[in-house]
Amino acid sequence: MAADSAHASQKSQDEETRRDFLYLVATAMGAVGAGAFAWPLVNSMNPSADVLALASTEVDLTPIEVGQSLTVVWRGKPVFIRHRTEAEITEAAGVSLDELPDQEADSDRVVKPEWLIVGGNCTHLGCVPLGQKTGDEKGEFGGWFCPCHGSHYDTSGRIRKGPAPENLPVPPVEFLDDNTIKIG
Amino acid sequence: MSEHLKTNNAVIKWIDHRLPVFSMMNETMIDYPAPKNLNYWWNFGSLAGLALVVMIVTGIVLAMQYTAHVDYAFNSVERIMRDVNGGWLVRYIHMNMASFFFIAVFIHMFRGLYYGSYKAPREILWMLGVVILLLMMATAFMGYVLPWGQMSFWGATVITNLFSAFPLIGESIVTWLWGGFSVDNPTLNRFFALHYLLPFVIVGVVAVHLWALHRFGSNNPLGIEAKGPQDKIPFHPYYTVKDAFGVGVFLLAFSGFLFFAPNFMGHPDNYIPANPLVTPAHIVPEWYFLPFYAILRSIPDKLMGVLAMFASIGILFILPWLDRSPVRSAKFRPVYKWFFWLFFANCLLLGWVGQEAAEGLPLLLGRLATAYYFIHFLVILPLLGVMERPKPLPVSISEPVLKGGGALAGAAAKPMEKA
Ligand code: HEM
Ligand code: FES
Repeated sequence: MAADSAHASQKSQDEETRRDFLYLVATAMGAVGAGAFAWPLVNSMNPSADVLALASTEVDLTPIEVGQSLTVVWRGKPVFIRHRTEAEITEAAGVSLDELPDQEADSDRVVKPEWLIVGGNCTHLGCVPLGQKTGDEKGEFGGWFCPCHGSHYDTSGRIRKGPAPENLPVPPVEFLDDNTIKIG
Repeated sequence: MSEHLKTNNAVIKWIDHRLPVFSMMNETMIDYPAPKNLNYWWNFGSLAGLALVVMIVTGIVLAMQYTAHVDYAFNSVERIMRDVNGGWLVRYIHMNMASFFFIAVFIHMFRGLYYGSYKAPREILWMLGVVILLLMMATAFMGYVLPWGQMSFWGATVITNLFSAFPLIGESIVTWLWGGFSVDNPTLNRFFALHYLLPFVIVGVVAVHLWALHRFGSNNPLGIEAKGPQDKIPFHPYYTVKDAFGVGVFLLAFSGFLFFAPNFMGHPDNYIPANPLVTPAHIVPEWYFLPFYAILRSIPDKLMGVLAMFASIGILFILPWLDRSPVRSAKFRPVYKWFFWLFFANCLLLGWVGQEAAEGLPLLLGRLATAYYFIHFLVILPLLGVMERPKPLPVSISEPVLKGGGALAGAAAKPMEKA
């Protein structure tokens, strides 16, 4: 008798675990299905093929005199091109890395030292820093100053002071000849 | 609780038997018993509801004339202003009612803070309110992007960039939000779709908010529960009339802005078409975001700033568990009352700081005010719950009225009511 009832309870327990298992599998299947449905919808909001197929930008550098800057558009955003003076180059190269919040040597940020080419959106929240035009405030380090929340960049486009966490990014740049560059 | 529907109309009876909408309306808006001592601070819920309806109606009419494309958006809004019949009126109503919506909701929330309306058993009611606030903020933010002026563009850039603060996934989130590598046409398109959708989500949450409200009914200036029918009056006609009077005053103030200073709360830079290459010298969000913007900027670290800003609203969710005092209304909380006003002043200060450049004195004040904002919730409220000695509560809502001022003395024997 005891064996019988033990058998019965064993069986009902078995059934319960089997049912639990089925619930689990069905729910998991449903979740996977819902996820499989959601993903294409979510992913459709990522950049589309036409946005990704962004042409690169070619820029003729000849008209930019030493000490002048030019802003070009690449991927819908500004890119700063600065024809640096000797003083600016020396200053950028002379900074010891320990002083930098985002440590990068100037030589790693330029192909040719006289041409500094960096993305023109502040790495804090994306404003366009001042410093491209002659009359602009250039900040405490002679590069750029972002008025939105007060970030100062140096003559290598590196963040020196303020809430921005990173240096102005260096886009992929290729010199097609001495005076023409391709960004992207 | 509700009386039966009183009607002789056979059609209404026939419908109501099958689909009890009339009973429901009767129970929630006509016979609905409300505490009889509600003051004018209780008007702002219905005012917020009115604002929501106005936003949806004017918004749908605007959407019939608006073009969500970077090349046309700005001009389509200018066309609404100049060529569409009464377009200027519809747009100015939509613009200014957005501000008045926030005014109503902020007052509604401070009312809740003063009278302890977030306390048991109304925690979920309160939390749903915070959800509504978040949805409103998202809606208003995306709406402001639609005219595609300079402030639209740079506001969108700065706010979406907040998400880049998150380590590792930040950049991908921002690219995903934009649908590209900067705020651009895909961004404008999705913002329009969401700006159209979210108000209806708000309507849904408001319905649940009211559902939760009607579970226990309104709190009241004394913060004690109604003891029975003698403490309540039917919503109609007493509060329908009082609410309607409030609507009149609200619309009067609104009309003042609408007709005499429609751009007072806006920013002139938004009448300059968006230019991705030039950031306006002084970018500020709409006034209702200023206190939160001040919190964001007062913290020198990007990620911490973003987290603090989100936390400043998130903390409202757990408020019912931070304030441990069993007494709801500040009327009977002699110390909390002062801290409430201090908190209120602190919020105004944050708002002022938010529209100043983040340097010098404003920056310093912003930091102090940010710290105080969190101290209020995390230190002062929990401590007050234990240390403050509340004044004796009246026995019932009717009692102080019926027995005159002396009633409070009588209540002293029965010091505190655990609601
Ligand atoms: C919670 C409710 C809503 C809020 C808080 C809100 C807020 C806003 C704001 C702040 C603007 C910018 C106004 C300006 O500066 O020009 C705006 C624009 C706009 N909204 Fe709404 N809105 C709401 C509901 C709706 C709804 C339901 C629609 C329907 C589609 C809509 C359609 C539009 C359109 C087409 C614009 C662009 C035209 C313009 O700029 O005036 N809105 N909204
Ligand atoms: S966006 Fe440049 S400092 Fe904030």
